[in-house]
Amino acid sequence: MDILIYGIINSIALALMALGFALVYGISRVPNFAHGALYVITGFITWSLLRTLGLNYLISIVLALIIIGVVSALIYQFALIRVRGMAISEIIASYAIGLAILEGLRWGGFKGTTYTLPVFIEGTINIGDVPVDLHRLLVVAIGGAVVILLWLFTHYTRIGLALRGMAQDERAVLMLGIDSDIMALVAMAAGGMLAGLAGIVLLPLGNIVVEKGYDVLIQAIAVCIVGGLGSWMGAVLAAFLIGFAQILTTVYLGSHFQMVVALLAIILTLILRPSGLFGKQKELEERV
Amino acid sequence: MSNQPILQVQEVTKAFGGVIAVNGVTFDIFEKEILGIIGPNGSGKTTLINCVTGFINVTSGKVLFRGKNITGRPAHKIADMGITRTFQIMRPYYSLPCYKNLVIPLFSPRAKRTGGWRGGGKLGDRDTVGIDILEEIGFERDSFVPYKIASTLPTGYLKRLELARCLALKPEIIICDEIFSGLSMSEIASMVPLIERLQMDGITLIMIEHRLRELFRVSNRILVLNFGEKVIEGTPEEVMADEKVKEVYFGSEKAEEVMSHA
Amino acid sequence: MNIEQRRKERLDRGIKVRTDGLYALMSWRELSYLTLPRLVLIVGMLTLPFIMPSMYWQRVISIVCIYALLAMSFDFLAHFVGLVSLGGALFIGVGGYLAAIMNTYFGMPPLLTIPIATVVGAGICTLFLLPCLPLRGVYFAIVSLMYPLALARVIEALDILGGTDGIMGIESFGNRWVEQYFVILMVLLFLFGARRLVNLDIGLVFRAVKDNDQAVRASGMSITFYKAVAVFIASAMGCMGGASLVHIYMWSGISLLALDFSILPIAATVIGGAGTLVGPVLGCLILVPISELLRAFGTLRIVFYSLILVAFIVFRSEGIMVYGQRKYHQFERWVKI
Repeated sequence: MDILIYGIINSIALALMALGFALVYGISRVPNFAHGALYVITGFITWSLLRTLGLNYLISIVLALIIIGVVSALIYQFALIRVRGMAISEIIASYAIGLAILEGLRWGGFKGTTYTLPVFIEGTINIGDVPVDLHRLLVVAIGGAVVILLWLFTHYTRIGLALRGMAQDERAVLMLGIDSDIMALVAMAAGGMLAGLAGIVLLPLGNIVVEKGYDVLIQAIAVCIVGGLGSWMGAVLAAFLIGFAQILTTVYLGSHFQMVVALLAIILTLILRPSGLFGKQKELEERV
Repeated sequence: MSNQPILQVQEVTKAFGGVIAVNGVTFDIFEKEILGIIGPNGSGKTTLINCVTGFINVTSGKVLFRGKNITGRPAHKIADMGITRTFQIMRPYYSLPCYKNLVIPLFSPRAKRTGGWRGGGKLGDRDTVGIDILEEIGFERDSFVPYKIASTLPTGYLKRLELARCLALKPEIIICDEIFSGLSMSEIASMVPLIERLQMDGITLIMIEHRLRELFRVSNRILVLNFGEKVIEGTPEEVMADEKVKEVYFGSEKAEEVMSHA
Repeated sequence: MNIEQRRKERLDRGIKVRTDGLYALMSWRELSYLTLPRLVLIVGMLTLPFIMPSMYWQRVISIVCIYALLAMSFDFLAHFVGLVSLGGALFIGVGGYLAAIMNTYFGMPPLLTIPIATVVGAGICTLFLLPCLPLRGVYFAIVSLMYPLALARVIEALDILGGTDGIMGIESFGNRWVEQYFVILMVLLFLFGARRLVNLDIGLVFRAVKDNDQAVRASGMSITFYKAVAVFIASAMGCMGGASLVHIYMWSGISLLALDFSILPIAATVIGGAGTLVGPVLGCLILVPISELLRAFGTLRIVFYSLILVAFIVFRSEGIMVYGQRKYHQFERWVKI
């Protein structure tokens, strides 16, 4: 029973982490290796606004999300846009940006146990006979809401439809008078904000530490590959798969093996079904 | 022509998700024959040869080469048996000079076995063999063309380079994906004898083409595809006379219906 | 409208053209044009241990060489085969741990452990990375990024191979001159070997895999096989570096799998000039001493070279060596149009 409940919570958490990466990659084909850094830095921004400036929690969250959106847009506009389409440079540039942010934070003294965000709602309730924090339930709720909102956004708004069009064929979209650079910028900002949101929602469950940046990046990528790169729904479903696998290994082996599970999941996927569990056939062709 | 077909394609079907790109296409091809495959854009021609050459997996159906089932084998194994192809979008190794482009296929196991085009089972110096092949296919040896970087060449030469890449393997079947497209009339005029010479040298060719006039001149048989299905198969004369083909190409009363499908 | 009616034209220098073929042997001038840059590099590398002021800086030279090996392996993989490896630390770690195990558990001397660790380690790394080789795109980068992190976790969790303390008491080279000249000679060997390799026929196949893997498949060659061969060669360079490193430090631990080994070689490659193989060595000669000077700043140096890396890759992607080669071989002039 507790495996089931914590499995679901962990899966939703993974899905939250992965959505931003999947969004950016799906739309602009830029693998955003700075994803984990954006996740962590949002936590620190929120913390600073909350503790140093003493703002209201909700206001600091909103401000932090806006800041991170702008930051990701700036990263795209000043660095990534110049190397778009060059796979090697894309990977190196975004990875280096992420490293610079993370190690800069570490150098700036953002380590140790002092950096924690308060949980949204205190208290626990019992589901069956398993005690669950209310905050974790909130994670599930927010995760579900984000997935649904994202789906609505991409299916019913003009920008969302343009983004989906771009994900399918960038040149065709250019012909239709949609500026693909602006769309990629929007995607990058949205991806950054999703990473930030994941950070704000998930970081109260533990300390804000720099190492989480790498973990999150790797887990997000693992989820995306297993689900099929560029497929958002695939990512959500893969999150459940990996989420439960991780909980099972944590229970029976120890938490050190979460990363190994992610790695194994990637490798098994690559061997058995390279396009990912829910990847589209067309993408397989491009890749193989 | 012998009685045993060199390549048999049986009921090959390929579906991308819900879209059926090739639907149960069957045809045989005999040795030293030139088979033309025509059809409107999106009729599944390229997908069909991708299936035959193993670049994508078939959903169902079989491909037999000299009676041996080669369905589902990896592309490089199929090429190793002697079924080579050119690409519709020419992709030479842009950073290398032309003759070095041929060093790569000449490095393959098959070329080592056969010695390359005209090679008698023993492969000489790869650079020399490469230039020999290029000369035969229309690159003047003493000009600077074979030594230029491939990215600086015009389309006509790139198409020939694609063909040369196939020849380097000493293939049994060459599948040409739109080798005439994008060429000027004079370039086509010099390409046609080349194709005919390859046929006389004992190579079986499958040609996907939109330039019908030239195709009908060189090919022995024509296969017409539409919406992934075989419309008709026959000699160029039969195909030209066929009503259904006219319908596919020029429209008819059912033209609106066809357009709405496309 | 006053648009400048001129453009810059680049032409090969006469001497470059004259030294292209056999004619290079015609005069001393041509010969020296060809050999001087190489000689400067070789002699410079060989005299480095003498001109270093202290033992500490001599040690830095050894470290430079280790990084240079790693950077060359990155450059070879990324720019000649098209595989971006973000996990140089994997090669260092596997090679290092193998050498450490052989030395401490089986008592083999460095003379044996280094070659064995190079070959066996390269084999292991290739096996690790095999699943992502048939695919194009970001898979290789991702998987290679994950391995060192995951391996470090496994070693920590299972407390094998010395756990977090690492394996201590590894035999050193004995003599610091032997140590330095060994790594310097290895760098030179692998450098000229790799430069030779990429122009051989098999090297052309590697470059073809990068340019257009479909055509390579259509030519009857398995791209997975050739990628695996290339990964083997590259990881051999890295494992050699790792094996030497543990004998230099006389210690092997999880920090072999740390980020430094992944990011600094990439930065060195980009700064030194990607796709030249000499560039990475040059980049390491510049970056590693700077990073040693910055050691007091802790992780700020990672920030420092990440930022340099971003700046170079985004705004000046050619790197020092490509720029240098261009100036050496070509002259520029303005022409009216």
